[in-house]
Amino acid sequence: MATDKVWVVAESSGGTPTSLTLELLTKARSMASVVEAVAWGGDVASTAGELGNHGATKVYDLGDMGDALPGGRVAAAIAAQIEAGNAPDVILIGTTYDGRDIAGRLSAKIDRPVLTNLVDLTVEDGVPVAHHAIFGGVQMARTRFTGDGPGIFVVRAKSFAAEPAGGSAAEVVPVEAPDTGPTDAARVLERHVEERTGPQLDEAEIVVSGGRGLGQADKYEMIEELAKLLKAAPGASRAIVDAGWVPYAYQVGQTGKTVKPTVYLAAGISGATQHMVGMKGAKNIIAINKDQEAPIFSIADLGIVGDVHKVVPKLIEALKARG
Amino acid sequence: MTGMNVAVCVKQIPDPAAPGSLHPDTKNLVREGKLILDDSDSYGVEMSLQLAEHAGGGEVTLVSMAPHEETSGLRTALAMGAAKAILVSDDVLAGTDALGTAKVLAAAIKRAEPDLVVAATESTDGYTGTTPAQLAELLGLPSVTFAKKIDVSDGKVRVERQTEAGFDEVECPLPAVVTVTAGVVEPRYPSFKGIMAAKGKPVEQLKVADLGLTPDEVGAAGARQEVIDVAAAEERKAGEIVVDEGDAYERIIAFLEQLKVL
Ligand SMILES: Cc1cc2nc3c(=O)[nH]c(=O)nc-3n(C[C@H](O)[C@H](O)[C@H](O)COP(=O)(O)OP(=O)(O)OC[C@H]3O[C@@H](n4cnc5c(N)ncnc54)[C@H](O)[C@@H]3O)c2cc1C
Ligand SMILES: Nc1ncnc2c1ncn2[C@@H]1O[C@H](COP(=O)(O)O)[C@@H](O)[C@H]1O
Repeated sequence: MATDKVWVVAESSGGTPTSLTLELLTKARSMASVVEAVAWGGDVASTAGELGNHGATKVYDLGDMGDALPGGRVAAAIAAQIEAGNAPDVILIGTTYDGRDIAGRLSAKIDRPVLTNLVDLTVEDGVPVAHHAIFGGVQMARTRFTGDGPGIFVVRAKSFAAEPAGGSAAEVVPVEAPDTGPTDAARVLERHVEERTGPQLDEAEIVVSGGRGLGQADKYEMIEELAKLLKAAPGASRAIVDAGWVPYAYQVGQTGKTVKPTVYLAAGISGATQHMVGMKGAKNIIAINKDQEAPIFSIADLGIVGDVHKVVPKLIEALKARG
Repeated sequence: MTGMNVAVCVKQIPDPAAPGSLHPDTKNLVREGKLILDDSDSYGVEMSLQLAEHAGGGEVTLVSMAPHEETSGLRTALAMGAAKAILVSDDVLAGTDALGTAKVLAAAIKRAEPDLVVAATESTDGYTGTTPAQLAELLGLPSVTFAKKIDVSDGKVRVERQTEAGFDEVECPLPAVVTVTAGVVEPRYPSFKGIMAAKGKPVEQLKVADLGLTPDEVGAAGARQEVIDVAAAEERKAGEIVVDEGDAYERIIAFLEQLKVL
């Protein structure tokens, strides 16, 4: 077995490839000599430059999907290419909303298993090897496929750094997305964008997150104020997202965003494994928790055993005083 | 539409509070001891019960694949109000991956002929998050994943689907597969009456052969993957712990200054 050709499912937003897409392309480049992207959305041509710059020589353009959900169509288009003899050895897909749909549908279509939740990928003796953090990141498992056919891998964001290679724009190859019949019946009626100001959660240099220890929804304002003063992005544990205090987009962790900021400040967060898996890649971690035994302290560089309602307001005052 | 039949996938898992482990030889997740209803699926069960009630009746059927004819998680969901359960339990299923699971669930769900199939976005123990899309593809159904709100009317399901930027309102004709996120509804606690009633509710026990599947499509053979090794991850060391005496905020400021982010 050899790993010669890697395809990257290249999601983009507003005409720019997502950072996860660029991370996947960077990884793909280190794995194989041929790296190609699969993209859709009406503005693929405008992404070809960035895709090429990160290593893709070609981008298969599935066109605009309008109000349809991409999952089934992208999977069908990839399956059709494979059927026609244009098969990659590896397909890299990001752990995103649409990414999981694509991976799942493709897997069933071509009857190939999927390896998910990857945090690294290497090629050993020509065979791709997937690295997964298991049991909340306490252990690392390495797995590989045993059968033939393209290997489908679903990779978590921030697993690798995106680095441009300086290549020229990827060649845009239009590909017809096949008719997927009744499986394609879902339609988006309206898209709602929740306004957020300040830096993006997954790109911010500092993230300030709040958890259930804040006690009640309106105390989250404290977190937002602190975040603003630090030019940080506000984040949250799932407990307070589920409670409806903040939108899901704020969630850090296994089911939410993976963040790797210079500083992550967790206020009133216990440090459940599912939360930690999304933030323990931060360079520095500060935790404020009134319980000395809270698991978050086991990974904090600076742990403050104290009441968030006392520590955070003082911190805010002090930062304001600095101007 | 009067009445709607919902099939809801429920995974029965080891208590997540107990530390997980892998079998030293097979490297499969150890699923010994009592299994419980995956919390992630309690939302799907509640949602299904509410949708069936709202539609003016119809049955909620639980569909589960689990080792050792395990039913304790199913009993919890039956006690919440589900009408019956289909359980696939078979020794040949040891080592089954997400695709194999989807094959089993799809075959079992076909027997129930539901109007709607509900699953969780991801399970607590496996969290591949791909099973539902695989299931939908195998059933030839459309799917809407990451639902944070669901309504059904006129043979269509309307879903608020979480997105990177916020949410999309998605409409899809039934039958369809929908996956729910935690918090979509507040799962009810089984009442005493519900717990008693659950004991008498039917649980159909099936083997792989009953589903028309062959052993090589499922289990470790069907998974076509292997664990090479497992090693302890690099651990992050705990740093300094300071008990707040009213001035801990100064330590935070000093720390941020030292990192030159202030
Ligand atoms: C499949 C699955 C996926 C999940 N995905 C995620 C995920 O993506 N992200 C995530 O965050 N969670 C996730 N979870 C949930 C996770 O297991 C925890 O339940 C959650 O992270 C807890 O949030 P929390 O720390 O805010 O709340 P709690 O665990 O309740 O902790 C609150 C903390 O606040 C402290 N506290 C209380 N009062 C104060 C005070 N006045 N001052 C200071 N400290 C105080 C307490 O000591 C406690 O440590 C997932 C769970 C499952 C099963
Ligand atoms: N063995 C199983 N039995 C029933 N439902 C399952 C099983 N495995 C997965 N599912 C469903 O699929 C969802 C996603 O699972 P996973 O792909 O493991 O993250 C789960 O939350 C369940 O709703």
